[in-house]
Amino acid sequence: MIKVIVGRLLQLIPVLWILLTLTFFLTKMVPGGPFSAERQATPEVIARLNEYYGLDKPVWQQYLSYLGKVVRFDFGPSYTYQSDSVTEIIARSFPISLQIGTLAFAIAIVIGVTAGAIAAVNKNKVWDYLPMSVAMLGICLPTFVLGPILALIFCLELKLAPVSGWYGLEYVPLHPAVMPAVTLGLFYAANVARLTRGGMLDILNQDFIRTARAKGVPEHQIILKHALRGGLLPVVSFLGPAFAGLISGSFVVEKIFNVPGLGQEFIKSVFNRDYPLILGTVIFFGTLIVIFNLVSDIAQALLDPKSRKSL
Amino acid sequence: MSIETATVVPDAPVIQEAKLASGTSLWQDAWYRLQRNRLALGSLVFFCMMAVVCVLGPLFTGYTYEQTELSLKASAPLEPIIERTESVKNGAPRRSYLGLSSIEDEFLEKSPEERQAVVARIKRGEVVREDRFSYHLTRLKHRFGTDALGRDLLTRVLVGGQISLAVGFAATLVSVVIGVLWGAVAGFLGGKVDTVMMRLVDILYAMPFTVIVILLMVTFGRNFILLFVAIGAVEWLTMARIVRGQIISLKHQEFVEAAVSLGLSERTIILRHLIPNVLGPVIIYTTLTVPDVMLLEAVLSFLGLGVPPPMSSWGALLDDGARTMETSLWLLVFPALFFSSTLFSLNFLGDGLRDALDPKSSKD
Amino acid sequence: MPLLSVENLKTYFYTRAGTVRAVDGVSFDLESGKTLGIVGESGSGKSVTCYSILGLVPQPPGRIVGGRALFAGVDLLACSKEQLRKIRGKRISMIFQDPMTSLNPYLRISEQLMEPLLVHERISRKHALNRAVTSLEEVGIQDAGRRVHFYPHEFSGGMRQRVMIAMALISRPEILIADEPTTALDVTVQAQILELIKQRQRELGLAVAFITHDLGVVASFCASVKVMYAGRIVEAGLTREIFARPCHPYNAALQQSIPALHEKGKPLFTIAGLPPDLSKPIPGCPFAPRCAYMLPKCQQTPVRLQGVTAHHETACLRFQVGEIGDLRHPLASVTA
Repeated sequence: MIKVIVGRLLQLIPVLWILLTLTFFLTKMVPGGPFSAERQATPEVIARLNEYYGLDKPVWQQYLSYLGKVVRFDFGPSYTYQSDSVTEIIARSFPISLQIGTLAFAIAIVIGVTAGAIAAVNKNKVWDYLPMSVAMLGICLPTFVLGPILALIFCLELKLAPVSGWYGLEYVPLHPAVMPAVTLGLFYAANVARLTRGGMLDILNQDFIRTARAKGVPEHQIILKHALRGGLLPVVSFLGPAFAGLISGSFVVEKIFNVPGLGQEFIKSVFNRDYPLILGTVIFFGTLIVIFNLVSDIAQALLDPKSRKSL
Repeated sequence: MSIETATVVPDAPVIQEAKLASGTSLWQDAWYRLQRNRLALGSLVFFCMMAVVCVLGPLFTGYTYEQTELSLKASAPLEPIIERTESVKNGAPRRSYLGLSSIEDEFLEKSPEERQAVVARIKRGEVVREDRFSYHLTRLKHRFGTDALGRDLLTRVLVGGQISLAVGFAATLVSVVIGVLWGAVAGFLGGKVDTVMMRLVDILYAMPFTVIVILLMVTFGRNFILLFVAIGAVEWLTMARIVRGQIISLKHQEFVEAAVSLGLSERTIILRHLIPNVLGPVIIYTTLTVPDVMLLEAVLSFLGLGVPPPMSSWGALLDDGARTMETSLWLLVFPALFFSSTLFSLNFLGDGLRDALDPKSSKD
Repeated sequence: MPLLSVENLKTYFYTRAGTVRAVDGVSFDLESGKTLGIVGESGSGKSVTCYSILGLVPQPPGRIVGGRALFAGVDLLACSKEQLRKIRGKRISMIFQDPMTSLNPYLRISEQLMEPLLVHERISRKHALNRAVTSLEEVGIQDAGRRVHFYPHEFSGGMRQRVMIAMALISRPEILIADEPTTALDVTVQAQILELIKQRQRELGLAVAFITHDLGVVASFCASVKVMYAGRIVEAGLTREIFARPCHPYNAALQQSIPALHEKGKPLFTIAGLPPDLSKPIPGCPFAPRCAYMLPKCQQTPVRLQGVTAHHETACLRFQVGEIGDLRHPLASVTA
C-alpha cells in the first residue's frame, strides 16, 4: 500500500507541471504587463521595472528560468506587494483560509452526516422530508446570497460576530472565522447530507442488514456499526471535489466578509496581473487538491476492503 | 357448501390462459415512474414554465432591460410613479420619473405641513405645479421595483433568466458533447488508447477548476461565448468518466455477447444496444450539470468575471442585490427567488430522472 | 411438547396494487432434534412465514394480521420488540440464501462472528474471539485462527455459507431456520453444507426449519414436510408418506416435474399456468386453475387442511371427500 501512495504522490509532478505551464502561458497571453497600467510611471521607469523582473526577455527564457526557481521553492517576489515574496504572502494568508476551511469542513461533515443519517433512518416520513428540503435549499442558494443574509442576521442585528475584517475584533463574542466558515460549511453540509442519505439507504436495503437484525443486534448498533461504514462511501469519494470547492468557495466568502485569506490574494493578483503571485497560488492550490484527493482515496480504501487492491 | 351448477363439466383439465402480459420497454417504464413521482413532474412543468416566461415575458413588461431612468433610483415594487415635467424655454419639455417615496425631497424648502399637503394632492391624482415643474401621478408600474439606475427589475430578472439559462445549457451542451465522445471512444476502444485518454482526464481532474476558469476569463476578457466554452471545457471530465464507465460495463454484459453471437454488426450493436443504455446516465447527469453551471456562472459574476455588461445574468443581479440588501431588499429577493427555484426544480427533476431510469431502485 | 408452535399465521402486505395475502393461515410445530421442511415455489410464502416469526418483515408495508407463534411460553408475534430482539440470534437463529450478500462486506468475519455473543452475553472480547475461532473449526474451516480475521470476499461461496452457519450457531440456539441455504451453491458444495447442518443439529439437539424449493433436498434431509402454495399449506406429513402417497394434486405434479424421472426424448412435464395473484381474494383452492382434477366447486368452496392419516394432512377438497384417491398416476400429462 505504501508503494501505491508513493506512486500517487509522484503523480503530483506531471499534474503540477501541466498546471504551471498552462497558467504561465495563459498569464503571458494577457495583453499589457503589470506595470503598463501605472499612469505615474514614465516609459523609462517601466522599462527598468521590466528589466528588473526579467519581463523583457523572450517568453521561453522566462519560462525556463521560472521553472528553475520553482524547483527550488522560490516563487519570486510579488509585483504588487513589492516588499514581500510570494512565499511570504502565501505563508501569511494561507493559515487564515485554513482556519476557515477546516471549520467549514467540520461543520459540513458533522451536520451533513447527522442530517443524512436521520433522514435515511426515517425514510419518507417527516424527519426525512424536513432535513432534505433544507438541504436542497442549501444547495440552491449560492454562498454569496446566503452570506449577506446570515451577516445581516447574526452580525448586524444580533451583533454576535464581526461583519468584516480579521484583526483586532475582540469585542464580538464569536471569532471572525465563524461566519465565513458557517456560510461555506452549510453549502457543503447540504451536499453531504444528500450523499449520506443516499448511501445509507442503499446499505439499509442490503441483505446483510437483515442478517444483523436476525442476530438480534440492536437498531442503533446496526446503523452505527453496519450501515454507516458503507453508507459513508459516497461522502468520502465526494471529499476530493468538495475540497476543491472549498478552496473556490473561499474566494467568495473571503470577499463577502473581507477576510485577508489566500483566496482574496489570488483574486486580487489575477486582476493586478501579478504573475508570480498568480502562479504561486495556483501551484499551491493544485498541490493541495492532489494531496487531498489522495487522502480521500485512502479513506475510501480504509472503509471498503474490496477497493484496497485498486488503490 | 358447493354451489351446484346446471351444466355438467367434464373431468378434463381446464387450463386458464395466463393473460399475455405485454412487457414495457425501459423508456416506457421510466416515463411511467417519472409520472408517478409528482415532485419531479411538477419540477419539469415548473421549469418549462420558467423558461417560457423568461423568453417571452420581456416582450410584455413594457420596459427593456437596459432602459435607465436615473431620477427614479431604486424604487420599491409597485411603488406609484410620478411624472415630472420640466418646461424648457425654446424646447420640448423634459420628462422624468420619480418614485412616490422620493417625492418629498422635491419640496424640501417647504415646511413639513405644506410638504405633506402637496404630497397628498399628488397622491389624489391632482396635477401640481411648482416653479417650472409639474407633477402628476401616472399609471406606470414596476412590478418588481427598479434598481439604482431606475431599470425595471422584472424585465431584468426575466432577461437575466434568458442569459443564465442560455449559459447553463450551452455550457452543459459543450461538456456533454466533449465528454460523451471522449468517454465513448476511450471505453469502446479500450487498451492503451483508453489508458492514455483517462490518464489525461485524471490529470485534468486534479486541477482546480474555478481557478482555471478565472484565469481563462481574465486572459481572454469577458466574452459571452468564451464563458460557456470555458465552463463547458471544465465540466466535461465527469461526463467522460461516467460514459466510459458505462460503456465498459456494458461491453462485458451478456446481452452484448449475445448480440455478437447472433451476428449483429458492430454498428448495430453500438446504435441499438450500447447507446440507449448509456443515454440514461447521460440524461441524468446533464440535468444535474445545468444547475451546477448556473451556480458557477453566478459565482463568476459575483467575482466580477461573468457575462459582460450591459448583459446581466441572475448571478450579476444577485451580486447587485446582495450589496444593497439593507436599503433595497427587493433587488436581492426577486432574483434569488427565480434563481433558487429554477435550480431547485432542475435538481429535483434530475433526482426524479435518476430514480426513474434506475430499474433497480424502488421507492416502496 | 413442541419447541415452537405457530398457529394460523397471517401476514399481509398493503401495497398500491392491493392487499397481498402472502401468508394466509399457516400452522406448524418445531420439535427439538427434528427437521421440518417447508417446500414451495417462489412466491408461495415460505420465506415470509419465517421472517414473520422473527419479526423481520418490514411493517409497513407488511403486517402480521393474525395468528400466534408460541416459543417458551411467549407469543413472538405479540411480544415487545425488545423481547423479540433478545430471542433473535440467541435462541432462534436464521441463515439465508446468498452468503455473499448476507455477510457485511465491510467488516471482518471475526467482528461478525463475535457480534451475537457480545450483544446477547456478558463476555469479554477476548473470550468472544476464542469462541469465534472454535466456531469456525466446528464448521470445518481449517486454519481458523488466522482466517477468522479475513473479510467475506476472501472466502469462497461454500466457505461463506459455513461461516454463516457458524455465526448462527455460535450462541447455541435452540432453533435454526435455514432459508434456502444451498440454493446459491454448487451441487457438490450443497451436499457438504447439508451434511454440516445435519451434523451440527445432532451435536446441539437443534430444531431445524428448512425452507427450500428443491424436493430432492427435502427427501434426503427432512423428517416431515409442509408443502406451501399461494400462502397456504396444501399438504403436510412425514416425508416418506408425502413422496410415497401424495394427497394433493400440486404435490403430485411437483414430483412429476422432476426431470430426472423422465425418459430421455420424451417431453418434460410442467405445470401449466402461473401462480395466482395474491392481491385478489381466493375463496376456494388456490391451485384449482392449474389443477388437472379441478371442478367448479374447488374454486368456490373454502377448504382447510384435514388429516387423511395420523401424520398426513391435505387441503384438497376432492381428496378429503374421497373423490380422488390415488395421485401417483395423475390424470393427464399436462404440458404447457
